[in-house]
Amino acid sequence: MNVFLWVIVPYLCLAVFVVGHLWRYRYDKFGWTTRSSQLYEDRLLRLGSPLFHFGMLGVVGGHVIGLLVPRSWTEAVGVDDHLYHYVAVIGGLIAGVVALVGMTILIYRRRTVGPVFSATTVMDKVMYAFLGAAIVLGMWNTIAGSIFSLGGEYNYREGVSVWYRSFLAFQPDADLMAEAPIGFQLHALVAFGLFALWPFTRLVHVFSAPVGYLTRPYVVYRSRDDRSLGSAAPRRGWDQVPR
Amino acid sequence: MRVMAQMAMVMNLDKCIGCHTCSVTCKQAWTNRTGMEYVWFNNVETRPGLGYPRTYEDQDEWQGGWIRKPNGRLALRAGGRLKKLLTIFSNPKLPSIDDYYEPWTYDYETLTSSPQTDTFPVARPKSLISGKDMNVEWSANWDDDLGGSQEHAARDVMLKGIEDKVKLEFEETFMFYLPRICEHCLNPSCAASCPSGAIYKRAEDGIVLVDQDRCRGWRMCVSGCPYKKVYFNHKTGKAEKCTFCYPRIEVGIPTVCSETCVGRLRYIGLMLYDADAVLEAASVEDDHDLYEAQRSVFLDPRDPEVERAALAAGIEADWIEAAKKSPVLRLITDYKVALPLHPEYRTMPMVWYIPPLSPVVDVVKETGEDAEDRGNLFAAIDALRIPVEYLANLFTAGDVEPVNGVLKKLAAMRSYMRDINLGREPDANIPAAVGMTEEEMYEMFRLLAIAKYADRYVIPPAHAEQAHALEELATECSVDFDAAGSYYDQALLGEGAGYPTPVAVENFRMLQDRQTSDTLAAPDDKASRVNLLNWDGKGTPEGMFPPRGDGGGA
Repeated sequence: MNVFLWVIVPYLCLAVFVVGHLWRYRYDKFGWTTRSSQLYEDRLLRLGSPLFHFGMLGVVGGHVIGLLVPRSWTEAVGVDDHLYHYVAVIGGLIAGVVALVGMTILIYRRRTVGPVFSATTVMDKVMYAFLGAAIVLGMWNTIAGSIFSLGGEYNYREGVSVWYRSFLAFQPDADLMAEAPIGFQLHALVAFGLFALWPFTRLVHVFSAPVGYLTRPYVVYRSRDDRSLGSAAPRRGWDQVPR
Repeated sequence: MRVMAQMAMVMNLDKCIGCHTCSVTCKQAWTNRTGMEYVWFNNVETRPGLGYPRTYEDQDEWQGGWIRKPNGRLALRAGGRLKKLLTIFSNPKLPSIDDYYEPWTYDYETLTSSPQTDTFPVARPKSLISGKDMNVEWSANWDDDLGGSQEHAARDVMLKGIEDKVKLEFEETFMFYLPRICEHCLNPSCAASCPSGAIYKRAEDGIVLVDQDRCRGWRMCVSGCPYKKVYFNHKTGKAEKCTFCYPRIEVGIPTVCSETCVGRLRYIGLMLYDADAVLEAASVEDDHDLYEAQRSVFLDPRDPEVERAALAAGIEADWIEAAKKSPVLRLITDYKVALPLHPEYRTMPMVWYIPPLSPVVDVVKETGEDAEDRGNLFAAIDALRIPVEYLANLFTAGDVEPVNGVLKKLAAMRSYMRDINLGREPDANIPAAVGMTEEEMYEMFRLLAIAKYADRYVIPPAHAEQAHALEELATECSVDFDAAGSYYDQALLGEGAGYPTPVAVENFRMLQDRQTSDTLAAPDDKASRVNLLNWDGKGTPEGMFPPRGDGGGA
């Protein structure tokens, strides 16, 4: 069971994540968009969207540090457990609360503003459920585990993080996850579910964050001939007759 | 010198009768699909008026176009690259659907399916955004012909500074029509605003296009364009804009709006320009100099040196020949009667306008004086500060002089040609008074008034050896044929998911869908009714006609 949950499922999700993005990019460049609904409603979005996105940037940054940087490294530069814990909990709480508040506003908007709701696809709703669950579980781990120490002391830097790095190195150590508290286990499973869904949702827009804008010239010139750069090879100009 | 070719347009506003045929045919061709109901790539505004979207010219509010910074450099008015990226999660200056208008159709089915009642059944307006009943309160053209001018035209941004002189009482006011398409600017601020780099200027003909596969829906182009001529398709989540009908232009035929123009007031031709000089010209200090600065960027293809440079830059010989015959070149460079729309946005627009003389003629006529007499018209142009100041606000950043010059040329042409029409001896002093020769004046008359099809449109087709890359021909055979995304893909991934399809195939499918579908808007779960606006008379939608007696059915 441990191997299934902490080796097979994560690698399956990772495979779907990678192959799914390749497929989506080849098959559906046209659908690769933020699917913005700002045209319908502006007031709530103006508040909720920056809160959510900047909060999420903080959350992602926190995960990168927490999961990928080994304990020995931070100790080597003189950051002891107490200081690390302090910074991580404060930073994590702020980012998490900001993202959660933003997301609440956005979901409220999506449900109550008619045109926005009717522009919501099935995948959007499923994705929201997974994303919301992941954030709530993550907040629970931070608050319950790190502040009130419910269910005993647990240092994820000795458990979950090590497992995650072993997972990325293709040497997965399932036992580390099996010993983690149920909150961390659920959080990880939901997160992997989200990764599997990722390529089929609007979340793909994360991978087109336009950082190139900072360096490219303002006006782009393109020749007619390189049209195929942006799309597949030209298709024939007639339609198949249905038989 | 870097010579580039630009497909450009000039519209002669004196001949626009405000029939909106250009808008309707454009809409049928390009924006007749879900998510684009509110969009008019071509719209015709009554001026003075608010325009579409409402008050789009108020750049203090919408922050479109470029500004010249104190150090002389150009900057996007809405902020540079870093600010764009920091505000990417919620575009601060995006017009809402209400600034355009909420599109609607009518519930026609109740007219045929209503039970017998004492009163007539009514086809109620249904929103194409939410599908619900709605009150129609605004449209792309609500203030047409100065309708509600006290309330709407009075808020025209271009009246700023002259509002006390403009009378909006029906008997005393003036008006004219302003058809607008994308300006296909030499210095496009929409392209500069696009974080993804999806908007590009085509190197061959200068047409500004959105790469639908690269657009990620950040919407910065909509805010960046001061003319508000980039639109957001709210179903596909992509930006769309006027394409200058590039599939037609590529095979040498004019745009749909030009082809169908009843007044025959549009001219299409090539302009050669020096791409290296654009930025400097767009950065001149005084707004009033921008018109002259832009004209200085244009190159005369009849100059052998320019011709050599153009050939060296890879422009084909037949294109240079077409550029020499370009009606746009004649109107802008030779006769100097065409002016750019809002040069003060510093985007170097390439759809120019011949300002209308008719408001002046109307005033003279009403006084009982001869409205074709040069003296009367010249005096009126000088005396009537309105509408000349208003026209100057539109076409020369408020500089009255160039507008005066154009109007006097048009007035001179009017009185010069009257002598000819009446069989009198033409007066050579008349063209001389506006700095033209008799021959030039007659040629200008032929171009403006006779306006033969071959004179109005000089469009060199793209070269046959490149035909495989042209959208309309697309003859390249592809083995991996696939239709666009299946119904399930579209339901899950969103509208329009799947491989791209050639424009011709897509249009064919849309027409087929329209003729055979019986839904109001795209979602199939909406109540079923026939959209008469889209029905083109072919095919027989269910419920439109009673079943046939011979048992064949409709």
